[in-house]
Amino acid sequence: MTDARKRLNSRDFADTVAEEMIVSRSFWADARRRFLGHRLAVFSVFMLLALVLFALFGHAFARWSFEEIDWNVLGRIKTEGAPSLDNGHWFGVDELGRDLYARVVQGTRTSLMVGFVAGPLAVLLGATLGALAGYFGGRLDQIITGFYTIWISIPYIIFFVVWQAFFGRSLTQMIIVIIIVNWTAGLLIVRGQVMMLKHREFVDAARMLGMSDLAIIFKHLAPNILWVIVIYTSIVIPEVIMAESLVSFLGVGIQEPNTSWGALISEGARTMTFGTLWQLAFPAAFFVIAQVSLYYIGDGLRDALDPKDRR
Amino acid sequence: MSLLSVENLQIRFRTGDGLVHAVNDVSFDIAEGQKLALVGESGSGKSQIALAIMGLLAKNAEVAGKVRFDGRDLLSLPASQLNALRAAQIALIFQDPMSSLNPYMTIERQLGEVVELHEGASRAEARKRALEVMEAVRIPDARNRLRAYPHEFSGGMRQRIVIAMALICRPRLILADEPTTALDVTVQAQIMALLDEIQRDLGTAVLLITHDLGVVAGFCDDTMVLYGGRVMEAAPTPAIFDAPGHPYTRGLLRAVPRITDGDVTLSAIPGSPPNQTAAPRACPFAPRCVDAIPACHEMLPDFREGRACIRPVEELT
Amino acid sequence: MSDPILSVKDMRVTFPVRRGQRFPWSPPRRLNAVNGVGFDLMPGRVLGIVGESGCGKSTLIRAVAGLGPHDSGTVTLDGQPIDYARRTDLQRLRRRMQMIFQDPMASLNPRMTIREIVAEPLVYFCPELNSRQRRHKVIEMLDRVGIAERNMNRFPHEFSGGQCQRIGIARALIARPQILLCDEPVSALDVSIQAQVINLLKELQAEMGLTLIFVAHDLGVVRHISDDILVMYMGGMMEMAPAGELVANPRHPYTQALLSAVPVPDPRVKQQPQILTGDLPSPMDLPQGCLFQSRCPKRIDACATVRPDLTDRQGRLVACLLEDETV
Repeated sequence: MTDARKRLNSRDFADTVAEEMIVSRSFWADARRRFLGHRLAVFSVFMLLALVLFALFGHAFARWSFEEIDWNVLGRIKTEGAPSLDNGHWFGVDELGRDLYARVVQGTRTSLMVGFVAGPLAVLLGATLGALAGYFGGRLDQIITGFYTIWISIPYIIFFVVWQAFFGRSLTQMIIVIIIVNWTAGLLIVRGQVMMLKHREFVDAARMLGMSDLAIIFKHLAPNILWVIVIYTSIVIPEVIMAESLVSFLGVGIQEPNTSWGALISEGARTMTFGTLWQLAFPAAFFVIAQVSLYYIGDGLRDALDPKDRR
Repeated sequence: MSLLSVENLQIRFRTGDGLVHAVNDVSFDIAEGQKLALVGESGSGKSQIALAIMGLLAKNAEVAGKVRFDGRDLLSLPASQLNALRAAQIALIFQDPMSSLNPYMTIERQLGEVVELHEGASRAEARKRALEVMEAVRIPDARNRLRAYPHEFSGGMRQRIVIAMALICRPRLILADEPTTALDVTVQAQIMALLDEIQRDLGTAVLLITHDLGVVAGFCDDTMVLYGGRVMEAAPTPAIFDAPGHPYTRGLLRAVPRITDGDVTLSAIPGSPPNQTAAPRACPFAPRCVDAIPACHEMLPDFREGRACIRPVEELT
Repeated sequence: MSDPILSVKDMRVTFPVRRGQRFPWSPPRRLNAVNGVGFDLMPGRVLGIVGESGCGKSTLIRAVAGLGPHDSGTVTLDGQPIDYARRTDLQRLRRRMQMIFQDPMASLNPRMTIREIVAEPLVYFCPELNSRQRRHKVIEMLDRVGIAERNMNRFPHEFSGGQCQRIGIARALIARPQILLCDEPVSALDVSIQAQVINLLKELQAEMGLTLIFVAHDLGVVRHISDDILVMYMGGMMEMAPAGELVANPRHPYTQALLSAVPVPDPRVKQQPQILTGDLPSPMDLPQGCLFQSRCPKRIDACATVRPDLTDRQGRLVACLLEDETV
């Protein structure tokens, strides 16, 4: 051992080591490289980024606010409410004479907010419960999975109707109810992963160091299942946006004058037969772009992260 | 004429990391009734050779060379004929008996189906044959256990059933890929004794693929040692053990811990198994070889007089 | 004679089996994995435990390490009994006792670099070290097991099985434990690599004065590394003797059968393996008498009723009634 120490302290050893030291790419660096190789996914990231910028700064380019009624066109919407550069209604007006551009910005804001706040939070909740159920097993596992089974057998629309009857229809309430409805997201898949990993010997090795169960879950297991959680989140976000749009479409969603993609599409669809097609086309286009981008991002993440598809 | 003849077999796999050269330029013959062992460690390509003979290689494999069975080239045979040949004349025994048994079928049906399908035997006759082979592999109380399912048997008994299944069509060649690796030593002894006896009774040729030199010593006439997808040495079994002519064989024999030696230090082979992503240009064993000279790292040794080493036998340590 | 560093007494491990229960609430049947095993281990000695799969050898050392449960039995470390329910006792145990595992790849966290993996025990057992000292220790330890420093920032999947096992050994030994438990450490490795790892373990054992428990199914490997060998069958002890004596002159019929079945890499030795007939008893319903009686070629009537303990019979520790008969 002393020989080793002498050698380690020598100057030229340090120099050669500095030159030779091999730093491997970590799993995530590798995944990033693979993701960047997926052209459609990268393109989709830019599309999504554009949508986010639109939601954040779109109002700056609007001449009207999203709740203001343009009395000039009200009553003549079919003839004068169409998209126009002259009166500043870039996307036209809705059936109440409000600026559709401003309303689409507002709707994008709401829908993305719901998706990117409620989605990850729901997965985080589900994943944590799944990890606990999978790791500890036994009675806790029985309770959590039992509750899961009961929960998914209740039609979720009921929650929206009941919850909003009690707590109103604000954006915060919408996000809360979506998290509550989707708390099961990722639960089973994380539970399965944890059950598989907890029998690996590196977990035993960690226990031999005297690490507590929670430390093992967060320090040793979590990094190994993060890829599952990331992929699952990428699936849940568009699902949540879809769910919000659906309930808004059905009329139990967000409160007027605030709006979302689903609510706008719903309004547009109702007036479609009057020939005011733009009222449907603009929100629908944004919705489709978001969903398709999110789908391809999810696809790219799966390719980049899932070890099964490799080699 | 030899029963099975493999000529310049080459197997490569296209993978995400590039082309993996699993088997390079392997040739051998098995005569009717001969017992040949392919010995090698993991990555030596031994199992891939068996799969190539059976046409069961993974989809990303590229195969070159010739595999002749009874004069017919198996690699160019259409799938239907290969299947017929496979079932009737070549039998395969895998390491994990459960992988060859259908968990939802009784033993009687699994055994009988083979005969019904390939020989057009009636159900009663198939049943009779099933009972015969079950008794041949000495499963106790065979008559009553025909109706049992695979999970009702122990590991050793399952391997017997797999052997019974291999025998039922009276094959001319048995490929046994690590047939006893998953079993305990006492059971391994039983299974090897059984294989030996059956082989002697029926005169079937056997290609035994294993990593365990101990199993080879007690069973095979000839032995071929593989390393890094190449044949290192091939000779009658006693010669391999008495006068190994290749540094790898020598190293391997010295590295086996024997219960008979006392407290001596094992002579390990230094280094790690080879990386097979590069096309082979030199002896794959050279980086770990104690006898390597500079030329070993630069040229591929020819396979001559039963060994692939450029250094003469006398000079080896 | 010094005192034993580790002493295990009458360990019993059972597992509940939920399959085949009549009702969900009826008590589960129990599978008897380890049935009363005990031994004393002197410091610096190597105890090999052999047996076939399912004989409870891994379960036993996992219970000793506190990784698995046990029903009864005591483990005494340096004369002080270990209470596995108490965290302080467990920490005391683990500071002195570490373990290496069967599957070298699976025993390393795939998301951590080698350096992080090997440094981890220092964080828990030597918190007084600063990061520079830690780094030095890691480099030194990796160097000792033959992993070059420049590979320190690599991930486990970039190493071969043998190298992964070396890294596992480095992790187990870096905090200087006195006892190392080895659970089939070489059975997943190729012969040529296996010899490297066995030699490394032997060297480290001598250098660091380690006490080893080496569990394996391969008698050749166990013979090579052990001072004493304990033979287990169906969770019970059959025979324990110094390695050389056990191999040269096995006394228990099971040991004899086991030894005769070990394949010898020599074509001229015509082996006469003793073929064991008879079925293994069910671990859920063990026989009243000797555990080996159903397959024993030398069975006598008394074997069905009396279960012999591992006791000193004519100078050897054998659990067989035949040894009594011949007196």
